[in-house]
Parts: sequence; C-alpha cells; structure tokens
Amino acid sequence: MKKYLLAVLVDNKPGVLTHVAGLISRRAFNIESIAAGYTEEVDVTRINIVVSVDDQLELDQVVNQLSKLIDVIKIVNLSEVDSIKRELVMIKLKATPQTRADIINVVNIFRAKIVDVNRENVVIELTGEQSKIDAICEVLAEYEIIEIARTGAIALSRGPIPAKNA
Amino acid sequence: MRMNGAQAVIESLKKEEVDVVFGYPGGAVLTLYDAVYKMGFRHILTKHEQGAVHAADGYARATGKVGVCIATSGPGATNLVTGIATANMDSIPLVCITGQVGTSFIGKDSFQEADMCGITTPITKHNYLVKNVEELPRVIKEAFFIARTGRPGPVVIDIAKDVFAAELNYTYPTSVNLKGYKGDFNGNEAEIEVAVEAVKAAKRPLFFIGGGLTLADMGAELQKIIEQTGIPVTTTLMGLGCIPASYDGNLGMAGMHGSYASNMAIMECDLLMGIGVRFDDRVTGVIAEFAPQAKIIQFDVDPAEINKNIPVDYKVVGDLRWSLPIFSRKIKSLSDDFKGRFSAWRIYVIGLCSKVPFSYKHDTDCIMPQQLIEKVNELTDVDTIVVTDVGQHQMWTAQFYKFGKARKLLTSGGLGTMGYGLPAALGAKLGRQNNTVVLFTGDGSIMMNCQEMATAADYDIDVKIIVLHNHVLGMVTQWQRMFYGKRYSQSRLNGKTDFVKLAEAMGVAGYRINEPAELELILQEALSHKGPALIDVMLPEVEDVLPMVPGGNRLDQMVLGRDVQ
Repeated sequence: MKKYLLAVLVDNKPGVLTHVAGLISRRAFNIESIAAGYTEEVDVTRINIVVSVDDQLELDQVVNQLSKLIDVIKIVNLSEVDSIKRELVMIKLKATPQTRADIINVVNIFRAKIVDVNRENVVIELTGEQSKIDAICEVLAEYEIIEIARTGAIALSRGPIPAKNA
Repeated sequence: MRMNGAQAVIESLKKEEVDVVFGYPGGAVLTLYDAVYKMGFRHILTKHEQGAVHAADGYARATGKVGVCIATSGPGATNLVTGIATANMDSIPLVCITGQVGTSFIGKDSFQEADMCGITTPITKHNYLVKNVEELPRVIKEAFFIARTGRPGPVVIDIAKDVFAAELNYTYPTSVNLKGYKGDFNGNEAEIEVAVEAVKAAKRPLFFIGGGLTLADMGAELQKIIEQTGIPVTTTLMGLGCIPASYDGNLGMAGMHGSYASNMAIMECDLLMGIGVRFDDRVTGVIAEFAPQAKIIQFDVDPAEINKNIPVDYKVVGDLRWSLPIFSRKIKSLSDDFKGRFSAWRIYVIGLCSKVPFSYKHDTDCIMPQQLIEKVNELTDVDTIVVTDVGQHQMWTAQFYKFGKARKLLTSGGLGTMGYGLPAALGAKLGRQNNTVVLFTGDGSIMMNCQEMATAADYDIDVKIIVLHNHVLGMVTQWQRMFYGKRYSQSRLNGKTDFVKLAEAMGVAGYRINEPAELELILQEALSHKGPALIDVMLPEVEDVLPMVPGGNRLDQMVLGRDVQ
C-alpha cells in the first residue's frame, strides 16, 4: 500500500463533503485522513485527502471517480510534485511535578509547544510531517496520554504556482 | 417576471422543452401541483411513485430526451429510489423533482421528512437541495445540463415546500457556469491515432459495443466503419440494436447468456475495441481470462471507466459523437485492404453463428418461450419498441428478438430491476406515440408494478403486455436447478391470480393463450387491439436460458443448448 496526498478543490456548497465522503466509502477506497478548509477563494473549499492504494490503477480510479463529482473543480496529486506536507496534533498528557521537566525536554527537542498547563496535565501542540507527529506520539507514550487530536495532513506545492493552475 | 417557485419550476420545464412529466402529488408539492393545474402542464398520474420514475426512464430511453418525474417529500421521494438507481446504472438522463418539508422543518424529523440528498447521493449523477427560491432557475438549468451531457445520468432536485410558494423575479439562465463540469467531452486526437494503428496491426479485430453507443446515437457511424473494414461486432445487452441483428457480421449478445459466436470471438480475437462498454461482470466471465489474446482499446466518455474492471492497452476518452467520426474518417483515409485482410477471421466467426445458433427444442404440446418471442418478432415491425422486465424472459428477448434499430430495447441492464417494464413501456409509448410498444414480462415481474395497468387504461396508453407465464421465478429456479440441488426455495409461484381478469378489472383488454395452435391468431388479435392489452401466455415451468457461462468460468466454458449437447 502506498499513500498519496490529494488536494481536492471543490465548490463551497452545502452537501459537497457528503458527496466526496460518500463516494470514497461506496467505492471502498482506503483513506488515511481527510481535512477540509476555506481557501484564498471564497467559494472554493480545499479537501486534503490522504489515500492509501495498492497501485497506480487504483490511484487513477480514486482520482477519476472523484473528478466525476460535479462539485469537484480540480484534483492535484501533491505526492507527485515537490510539496510541503504538514499535520497538526494536540496531545493532552498527564504531567506530575516528577515528569514535567522530562516532558518539557521532549517538547523542546521536537520544537513543539506547550499550549496549556494544569496542576495535573499539559497540552502539547506540534505541527510537522506525519512521521514527526508519529515520533512524538511514540516518545510521549511513555507518559500517560489522556487524549490526542490530529488534523490529518494538508499540503502545498513548492514554487509560485497554485494547485488550481497546476 | 414575478412568479412563485412552483410556477418557476413549470416555466423552466417548458424552457427545457419537457412535454410531459410523470408524478404523484402530496403535501410538500401541493403548491407545485397548483401550478401544474393553473398552467395546464401535461402530467401523467401514475399509481405509485416507482411507476412515475420508471415511466420517465422509459420515456428518456425511447426518445433520448431527459425524463422528468415529480414526487412529494418522505415516502413519495423514497419510492423513487429504485427507479433512480435503475437509471443511474444504465446512465439514463432523468430530472427527479422531489418536495421537501419546509426549510424551518428540515432536520427535525418532521412529518414526511426524508433526507433525499443523503439517500440519493450514491445513485445520482448529482443532486440539489433548494432552500432559496432565487436559486431555483439556475439549479433546474444545471440539472438538465448535467443529466443529458457527458455520461448521462439522473439528477435529483429536492425543493423545500416553502420555496414553491416564495416569489421571485424569474429569468431563466441562458448558460450554465459550473467550475468543475463543462459538459464538453472532446478528447485527445492522438489517442484515436493509436487506435487506428492498432487496427492496422490487427489480424483478428472485434468491435464490442454497449449502452454508450446507444446513448450517443452513433450506431450509424460505427456501421460505416464495420462496412468498410469488415470487422465483426458483438454487443452487450445495452448495445443491442445499434447494429442491426440482420447484419451478418453481427454476432449478437456476448456474456453470461450470450451467443457462442460472440463469446468465442472475444476469446480468440487479437484486438477488442470496446465502444461505450463498462465490462460488467455479466459480460466478462472470469475477468483475468477475458479476451486473453487481445489488445484491448476502450472508447468511453467517462475516464473513470478506463481500467475499472478490465485493464486496457489503449484508451480513447471522449464523447463517442466526437471520437467515432474522427476514427471513421482516419480509417477511411487509409489504403489498407482491411476487408481482404480480415475476411478469413470474419468468415470464421460468422461460421460460429451457424455452428451454434441460439436454439431451443420445439414442443408440439406447449408453447416454448423462445418461440413466443420469435413469433412476436415476426408480427411486429422494426420500429417496435420492446420493453422487458428482468429474468429469463429478458434474456430470451435479447437472444431471440432481432433488433434492427437502436433505442428499441428498453431493459434494466445494470441494476436488473423487476417491475421496471410496465411503467417504462408507458413512458416509451408517451414519448414515441407512433411506435408499437410491446412489453415482455413474467408472472413474477408483472406483479411488482401491476398497478400501472390502471394508468395504461386511464390514459389509454397503447402498450401490449405479454406475460411469459411459467408459474415460477424462472431465473431463480434455473439457478436453483443448476447450483442448489433443485431446491426451489420460494421460487414456485403457482399463483392464483388471473392476469386476464386483473387486466380487465383495471380497464385493460385481456387475452390468454394456452395452446401452440392459438399462438399466432390470438397474438395477432391482441396486437391489433386498439388500446392497452395484456396477453397471458401459458408456458412450461422448466426451461433454461442457454447458453450459459456459470459464474467464475471463462467465456468459452459455456453450457450450451440441448440441440448441441
């Protein structure tokens, strides 16, 4: 299985997420994550989908089937071009006076941030590529993780050309 | 012009040149039906919403225009679901207008509320929920455009009740502006060039045509190519009629119940050119061994169809109305003696047709179903529109009725919807008043929408309903006979329903044929009856559709007909 990050530009209309999510599920495509948000154009939403496929034929199927949706304007495979991929994670961790210093150490090493502190816990925020996020989660597993929220990956290509003109 | 949403809907239908709609009124569409009444719009009241949507589908298939149906919110709308899915699988252009509860009631589990956009997303080309009357003209314009362009398909417009009553300054847009859908499907000419080269290199080429060719109305263009090159042609169920059955290079239907010649030709050809086909599992046999010796070229308007089921060597993506004329012109400009080069192959495959034709065993004591279809074929003309339900009778129709023109076989190919036939026949007749319309159905299928006989009678829609009455769910019993040790679980009907009386009770003339001796006479009488008629034809219970490629087999591993075994 290989993973690809697709930037799917869609009309910002009600029901569009249903159309996209419904298609992925009924065609039995495997997705790792999906993240949607507004863009530089008011009526366009960008859905970042990480799909996991067996081969090129299956990837083509995903792209072609998604392209058929009327509200899909454009699909760009950002894994095929030079691009910057990021994901954001927030981790709520038990932090006692004994463990707090160690945790801060880990946070510094990963260039993460502590965004909330309590008597019993901290909330850590980190952005980075998926592998980096996975790594911090693994290290922090030593402590008591209360909960994790991840956004799923988003990406932009390098250079001046936007996906819509790619 | 100042008007309410309901009037705007009707006005827009007129602008789209819709001449008839099929539907059923109810709470959420009362205002719309008030406009139907006031504006005198032609509306056919079916007896069930499923009848309305299948009728719109039959109308669309027979005419090539967009079929339109209307249903109210909740149960009215959900009753359309089977019909929408049927149309979607066969790429039939429909616009289905459903009422929705008032905007302030949406999402509150209100009376007769159902989330139609949610329900129909997997079975439509596109759908809309309209909550603002100002959007209505644009949405309707887009819906018709989407339904009929590219690969056609059904579009649902779900309209909140209060939108019908709200007023707007009506203007109908002259153009559609969709960012992600342009509706023009001209492709890359270089792909056609590759296809031409493949033909030049081929020794045993074969055209394999399907519903896409029917929908594009490009049979005549293909006919030119095959006449020039002598390339034989096989067809899917949905492609029947595009090339006349009488044409001697036409090997007939391929697949599970296809002809020996078609299936063998697919197995032996060295170039298979799929024209508007989607390589459905009913036609391929075991996928890994479909056309094992062939390079495969796929001509299709839908890029998602390329490599979906069968990996192909070359593709020509684009509307067949764009690609086939160019392909034809390029082939024509060549000096190659295609006819001479392909003649041995052509003679060989045509020989297969006479070696193992579709056949059955005649019986002097009873009417054989195949004989019935042949007889109806004999008594009807080439412009007759033949509609079927689903099951054995559908396959026998495909095998034994010799279609001479496209859009003359209306059948639920992809979804296989029992109950499709009767309402679809009504729609076809309303769209094509001058053509005879004959429905082949079974004693199972007819009961699934038999209420529409009343519609036929009430509007005097002249369709001839031929019931292949064998007292069983034929295709189910055939599989039970072959694969389930003759355990006929829930498939022997032996119903007490008298179809002649049922027809007469609803206002349709009824005929019954028991004996082979009366077959021709009564058929003639019934077919010449003015107005709708049902002909109940008593047939033997045990008769298999053959040849048959059992599931998991290659196309050349057919169970053949009795005469051959």
